[in-house]
Amino acid sequence: MAKLPGKKIIVEALKREGVDVIFGFPGGAVIDIYDTLEQDGSIKHVLVRHEQGATHAADGYARATGKVGVCLVTSGPGATNTVTGIATAYMDSVPMVVFTGQVPTALIGNDAFQEVDIVGITRPCTKHNYLVKDVKDLARVIKEAFYIAKSGRPGPVLIDIPKDVQNAKAEFDYPDTIKLRSYNPVVAPHNKQIERAYRLIEKSRRPVIYTGGGVVISDAHNELRALAEYINAPVTMTLMGLGAFPGTHEQSLGMLGMHGSYCSNMAMANTDLIIAIGARFDDRVTGKIEAFAPMAKIIHIDVDPTSIQKNVRVDVPIVGDCREALKKLVKVVKGSGLSPEFWQEKYALWWEQIHAWEKRHPFAYKKDNSVIKPQYVIEKLYEMTRDKNPVITTEVGQNQMWTAQFYKFDTPRTLITSGGLGTMGYGFPAAIGVQMAFPDRLVVDVAGDGSIQMNIQEMATAMEQRLPVKIVILNNQFLGMVRQWQELFYDRRYAATSFQLTPDFVKIAEAYGAKGLRATKVEEVESVLKEGLESDVLTVMEFAIAKEEGVFPMVPAGKATTEMLLV
Amino acid sequence: MKHTLSVLVENCPGALSRITGLFSGRGFNIESLCVAPTLDPTLSHLTLVTRGDEFIIEQIIKQLNRLVDVYKVIDVSEGEFVEREMALIKVRAEDETRAEVLRMCDIFRCKVVDVSPKTYTVEVTGPESKLKAVIELLKPLGIKEISRTGTIAIVREKKTI
Ligand SMILES: Cc1ncc(C[n+]2csc(CCOP(=O)(O)OP(=O)(O)O)c2C)c(N)n1
Repeated sequence: MAKLPGKKIIVEALKREGVDVIFGFPGGAVIDIYDTLEQDGSIKHVLVRHEQGATHAADGYARATGKVGVCLVTSGPGATNTVTGIATAYMDSVPMVVFTGQVPTALIGNDAFQEVDIVGITRPCTKHNYLVKDVKDLARVIKEAFYIAKSGRPGPVLIDIPKDVQNAKAEFDYPDTIKLRSYNPVVAPHNKQIERAYRLIEKSRRPVIYTGGGVVISDAHNELRALAEYINAPVTMTLMGLGAFPGTHEQSLGMLGMHGSYCSNMAMANTDLIIAIGARFDDRVTGKIEAFAPMAKIIHIDVDPTSIQKNVRVDVPIVGDCREALKKLVKVVKGSGLSPEFWQEKYALWWEQIHAWEKRHPFAYKKDNSVIKPQYVIEKLYEMTRDKNPVITTEVGQNQMWTAQFYKFDTPRTLITSGGLGTMGYGFPAAIGVQMAFPDRLVVDVAGDGSIQMNIQEMATAMEQRLPVKIVILNNQFLGMVRQWQELFYDRRYAATSFQLTPDFVKIAEAYGAKGLRATKVEEVESVLKEGLESDVLTVMEFAIAKEEGVFPMVPAGKATTEMLLV
Repeated sequence: MKHTLSVLVENCPGALSRITGLFSGRGFNIESLCVAPTLDPTLSHLTLVTRGDEFIIEQIIKQLNRLVDVYKVIDVSEGEFVEREMALIKVRAEDETRAEVLRMCDIFRCKVVDVSPKTYTVEVTGPESKLKAVIELLKPLGIKEISRTGTIAIVREKKTI
């Protein structure tokens, strides 16, 4: 067998993994890999303007496609710049492989130029990571990395490769399959547990299906819908779960939790059975844990056993892939001999109650014709794009919550947002990754004027790659979400949240060769959206919105979810 | 409650720090930790003593199992088990106390492993409680230095067939 240098092994391995695009930024420690990629020519490389952008782009690509996102960066500062992106992907279980260059093995530990212990730094925020010291291990490590990144509960894996290893030679033998004795994620759920779950469902009078990102990741949306429709149960979703069940479906209660719908939170507080699927009872969902769902029995399906029994006591834990589990559960439900009419009847009273809550406080805002309301912009955006099968990414803050509340996501992988880590600056580079995966789809980043400035440099990347990403900036000249907390809980002392200077976003767009549009009056909203959405280049649409608008309902941190502040 | 966990982990760089990092990162505590090779050179054996209610111990075990390098985790203290610790104690032994130290060693079945004109170094093995007792008794005589292992443990085999 022919011997290949490490750099060639990397490129060959990427091809075997079916990688068609890499997001990266070069430097001395990866110059050999770049040279090899360039000569090979079969893998597209997207040159970003900051390594954090590369990680978010790879992450967006992965979330939109379900494939593994790939990054390549240099040692030292290149590597440290990826940490936020890696942690973002880790918190939201996104499959990603990050290659970092490292100083030559002989220099490791010497505080060499651009040396950093990136494996040590990223240990707590990767699913696994490797420092490859021997070129003979390289192919196997890459195979393992891709397998670990996408199997079980997915997550980011980092591979640190010293410069000498990139040039040392070894036989290239890329295994087709792999078996790791210490890593065997459970995917097949236990039949007994499914039966037990069914018995709880049969007994319940007020069930709620509570779903999260796990349903999206395991492509279990059809099975989820089959279950929900058959047993006539209401469905509430976490931020990460939006789209897993159609937002326009009459059984959808919308998002729950801190900024969730009144109806979702009331249903959770009064339910006697929570059917949790691929969700993890995060504090933003439960509020004050002692007061959470006091009457409920809990069925919890998750591929990661550590998510089960972590925050709440569970009556029927089901470890396994959400899709597999739902398939089985649907089969048991249908096989029970109880007709859909039976279930309609069984929960009729419960639905009556839910509809009353829905009617009492739907997502709403005070309309005003003298100033642009952010919710209005999102409503219009929804109206004008709902038929176009778009992918919406968001930044973090109020912009993210208004999008979650007022845009109805009907299909999975159409809302792409940083839920777990809440990373400002995520949405725009993520949109770049999405647009790379789907050049012909409409991709819109909903942003705040704060967040967009965290990775605004990626406009150059989007222009260079001719990606017609649309950016909707809801400009309130505040770090709005923090300001909202200050308004409500800090006597309106706006410490460090009011921008004294906001750049001219239209001019910034134009400086990059992109298109810039601005609306300052309500009447302009629609025309700006229309023109912007139809544009075939990168386009910024800036909306000067009501400065002190809040996101409601809101459950104050640490309060019970029934203690909602309403509009 | 105190729990003694037996963890088999891939013998590769970083594995130990993944485990200790997990404990510090999630706010679990490690009371003692002992690492040694096994008959299979590709695996290391770790004995870890920790504290927590059943909820926390369940999380710790699950979190350990989630690590890609961890092969197997057993809560040894769940059933019958034997545990041992060892200490080397350098104790002052001059004139009148020299005989006293030896007498103590005899009672506790300790071994003297090093002798100098002014000290004895005593090896003591047993459960933690025994080590504690020996140390308490030797203290008044003047302990110069102590070196201790962590706990190691093994599950008792069934007594019936
Ligand atoms: C990197 C990062 N730094 C700080 C925060 C804390 N934070 C959460 S929301 C928010 C305000 C976001 O402001 P902006 O992007 O203007 O959005 P708005 O809330 O006004 O819609 C801040 C600072 C964060 N989430 N991420």
